[in-house]
Amino acid sequence: MNPLDILLQYWPRLLDGTVMTLKLTLLGAMIAALAAPGLALVRTQASPWAQAPLRLYISFMRGTPLLAQLFLVFYGSGQFRPMLQDLGLWWLFRDPFNCALLAFALNSTAYQTEILRGGIMGAPHGEIEAARAIGMSQFQTLRRVTFPHAYRIAWPALGNEVILLMKASALASVITLFDLLGRTRQIFSRSFDFSVYLWAAVIYLCLTAAFVFVWRQAELRLSKQFTGRVLPVTPAPNPKETTE
Amino acid sequence: MLELFSYSDTGWGDEILRGLAITVQLAVVTLPVGVLLGFLAAFASMSRLRILRAIGFGYTTLMRGLPEILTLFVVYNGVGLLWNRLAMWWNPDAPLTEFSPFIAGVVALGLVFGAFAGEVLRGAFQSLNTGQMEAGKAIGMTRSQIFRRIELPQIWRFALPGLGNLWINLLKDTALVSVIALNDLMRMTKVAVGVTKQPFTFYLLACLIYWTMCVLSEFVLARMERRANRGIRSA
Repeated sequence: MNPLDILLQYWPRLLDGTVMTLKLTLLGAMIAALAAPGLALVRTQASPWAQAPLRLYISFMRGTPLLAQLFLVFYGSGQFRPMLQDLGLWWLFRDPFNCALLAFALNSTAYQTEILRGGIMGAPHGEIEAARAIGMSQFQTLRRVTFPHAYRIAWPALGNEVILLMKASALASVITLFDLLGRTRQIFSRSFDFSVYLWAAVIYLCLTAAFVFVWRQAELRLSKQFTGRVLPVTPAPNPKETTE
Repeated sequence: MLELFSYSDTGWGDEILRGLAITVQLAVVTLPVGVLLGFLAAFASMSRLRILRAIGFGYTTLMRGLPEILTLFVVYNGVGLLWNRLAMWWNPDAPLTEFSPFIAGVVALGLVFGAFAGEVLRGAFQSLNTGQMEAGKAIGMTRSQIFRRIELPQIWRFALPGLGNLWINLLKDTALVSVIALNDLMRMTKVAVGVTKQPFTFYLLACLIYWTMCVLSEFVLARMERRANRGIRSA
């Protein structure tokens, strides 16, 4: 079949899959973004012993395949079914969407925490000391000085992480979710038309390109005071000219 | 509990070790393929010819932007389809050949590795000190001597951290081949789960094995980096 026919015939399914991919990616990234700042603070300020469990968690999340983590949550929870049912948590683990979301959020939390830690360590010491010196509380200092710097520094890396998460979300198709890749595989198994994979590739690339654009715009806005705003420097009056 | 993992007919230790062997083989075979593709991509994107630059840019951008598992499916299904169609065209009576999942895994993971490695190596080439190359030319070294004696040792030093990260990603990405029916660690774990009905135990074991490989790799890479940087004054 003509590649365009495939697109015309199956676009509602592909659109549906794209929405699912976006939902998984954005929700997962947002849940992780809520957890990351606190954990990053623990990583920078707690004593080595206090942060040992966190370091272990981050190392585990970064050192094992996401597919294995996904299976551990989705299939692994079945082993504790009676216990989870007693706790009233079984509904959470029964649904593949929740499991995928949980696995992605846990994974992305580890990466985002490390990225943000780098950002916090990059915040200029002098400014933090100045904030303390003029009597800002610890919380005020974090909110007004440390984190604005940390996010500006970490912004590009955080964007990369979201893109990585979007690519990783394709794994959800393995646990029976119909994300973009899941829909693509479904269409392929019916039509045996290979071009549907190429359309999926095009959609993934478009999503990435659109995200890169949005992120870049946000970055320009975040760091307005550092880029773009080149003030016209009024030339100082030349003393020689005035004496003439 | 422990007999589940024993190395016998009743335990799953031997099956899982066999899976681990496939995983390691896959990663070790893919690495040189990926590094070679990475060098080709780096040379292409630094070429004087515009067409080569476009090919290099297109390849690295495409492969870095697509999910690895999509690449794997495209290679596994697509190349198999293409191969069979070519075979039919050549000889209509040719039997349908099944594309080996191992080769599909090597090709797909190699393509992905190569795209990322291309960027790492390009960065390394661009951080070379051009004065040294000119000095090499001035004392009469040939182009290949300059490459071998001046460029390569330093590229190794610059690219090692990036390539090390890619190696760890590759180790983890090998788990994907379990979905195209290659009997790697992940897939053997799945088989064990199917029989024993203990998913958490076995997937946790698989995770621990991958984790051990990654931590070991990090340790070795740190030593290699220290060795590559010997004699360089640290800031």
